[in-house]
Amino acid sequence: MYPHILLAVDGSEHSVRATEEAIKIAALSSQSKIEVVFVAEFSKAKDDVLHAEGAAGIEVARRKKLAPVEEKLEAADVSYYVTILRGEPGPTIVEHANQKQVDLTIIGSRGLNSLQEMVLGSVSHKIAKRVKCPVLIVK
Amino acid sequence: MKMSVREQWFSNIRGDILAGIVVALALIPEAIAFSIIAGVDPMVGLYASFCIAVIIAFVGGRPGMISAATGAMALLMVPLVKEHGLDYLLAATILTGIIQILFGVFKIAKVMKFIPRAVMIGFVNALAILIFMAQVPHFIGISTMTYVFVAMTLAIVYLLPRFFKAIPAPLIAIIVLTIAAIYLNVDLRTVGDLGAIQRSLPSFFLPNVPFNFETLQIIFPYSLALAIVGLLESLLTATIVDDMTGTESEKDKEARGQGIANFITGFFGGMAGCAMIGQSVINVKSGGRGRLSTLVAGLFLMFLIIVLGNLVVQIPMPVLVGIMIMVSIGTFDWSSFTYLRKAPKADAFVMLATVVIVVATHDLSIGVIAGVILSALFFVAKVSKINVKQRSEAGKTVYTVKGPLFFASVDHFIASFDYEMNEQDILIDFGSTQIWDDSAVGAIDKVMLRLMENQNNVEMIGLNPESKKLVDRLASHNDPTPKISTH
Repeated sequence: MYPHILLAVDGSEHSVRATEEAIKIAALSSQSKIEVVFVAEFSKAKDDVLHAEGAAGIEVARRKKLAPVEEKLEAADVSYYVTILRGEPGPTIVEHANQKQVDLTIIGSRGLNSLQEMVLGSVSHKIAKRVKCPVLIVK
Repeated sequence: MKMSVREQWFSNIRGDILAGIVVALALIPEAIAFSIIAGVDPMVGLYASFCIAVIIAFVGGRPGMISAATGAMALLMVPLVKEHGLDYLLAATILTGIIQILFGVFKIAKVMKFIPRAVMIGFVNALAILIFMAQVPHFIGISTMTYVFVAMTLAIVYLLPRFFKAIPAPLIAIIVLTIAAIYLNVDLRTVGDLGAIQRSLPSFFLPNVPFNFETLQIIFPYSLALAIVGLLESLLTATIVDDMTGTESEKDKEARGQGIANFITGFFGGMAGCAMIGQSVINVKSGGRGRLSTLVAGLFLMFLIIVLGNLVVQIPMPVLVGIMIMVSIGTFDWSSFTYLRKAPKADAFVMLATVVIVVATHDLSIGVIAGVILSALFFVAKVSKINVKQRSEAGKTVYTVKGPLFFASVDHFIASFDYEMNEQDILIDFGSTQIWDDSAVGAIDKVMLRLMENQNNVEMIGLNPESKKLVDRLASHNDPTPKISTH
């Protein structure tokens, strides 16, 4: 059905919920492959570097964030791989999804109120607007 | 992974030129404000930023990183400028360059990797606090309008980027508020009250200092501190840029490059500088990746100085204060509060101690060195915990030793045994320990001798091969006449 499913995650609870939905869809067809995309945010680079021991430590810290998502995917036995990108989450995911011509994008919504959305900006909203494929936003 | 020189320069021309322009615009307010912190004419910081950016574009080890006059360096210079004046600062800048080149040549930069993160977090926090403290005399208790302009600057720099990102908000704040202050005739202190701007290209000259040992004595402590702090911030920034771009960089080349840049800058009337975290992040965010971005930033900065020279002297101080408050907020590591709660107590203590020492001494290098020494002591204390458990098993007394045995833990090890025992079977299990050095072997020797003096039958098990080798080589307790040297 959807051979290439992009699952955008940030390691939060919302992305774990999105993972559950991604598994349901991927389970429908043996051809489906999930690409777990994590964006290392530019604005967090200083924090990440300061709080990690060396370059290898940063990678480990990021993979740790993805652990709950990977556990779910492994338990469900669906085929997946992890891509770590760098940049601003919204535009980076959009660019990657369009360039790789993915068949479906799945993302968790943080459930911000309108004030938070104005200040923080809704990543899922930006993606839904600009990705050229069906998008599943998981609430 | 390593890019060719051509790629480092020309693989991202459009992105680099645009980002370089953005960085130049963002550099102006900071270069002026850092000059004021250091107590020198704004031109000293602007010349430095131009020279360092242009030179580092060619000789740096991290393409896409921005180096210029910085707060960390400016803060270190304050006493030197106050007591001895600008010429000594320029001489110190040249010497800083020489020290950094040596650091790079002898690969000392690599050693800086071992600076614990608690110290690095303390470093950035202390830097943020010092930058903020340096602003206080410029806005507390001067006038109501001063507060109003600081507040307006902060409003612009924090709110405007939500809607408009093409031009750095600090520069917009400067232009809009300077014009507002002039037209509304608001009585505010300006940059011009603190120094003059010359609209000319920097020129080569020798600092006017006596070339003797006394001068060296004055500038060397400053140069050493500047060299250390400059490299520390530059290597931290390089790691951040590495991470943001997913590429690697040459740290020793960067150290050498920082040295070359400072060395030359001193001859052109600029103050010592280093890499800037904030500006480098702006550069990468704006699409800068290659050496070209750093070069464009430096050249465009010079162009702006010549064009905007007249405006610079009229910038109201409260606007620069507002921008420096933003810089200090951006520099501070806000996840430190979580860190204090979650990190091991010793690490949290080192972080706080680094901050307190810097704030008390106003010297970042002293704080970093003290922090490193403290962490080393805590590390030794942590690994010197040795645990010896005693139990009885089938008529035998069994001692289990846990933890590394070395010079720092031998005293505790020796004190853990019961030397009152007589004619017993004793088993010492070394299975969970590691014998590190000769003092550990000496300690084992001592324990064995004292236990055997009381006709105990002592047996050792569980020594791993390396440890056994050490014990066999050095231990004398099996020797029937241990007190007499047979060598």
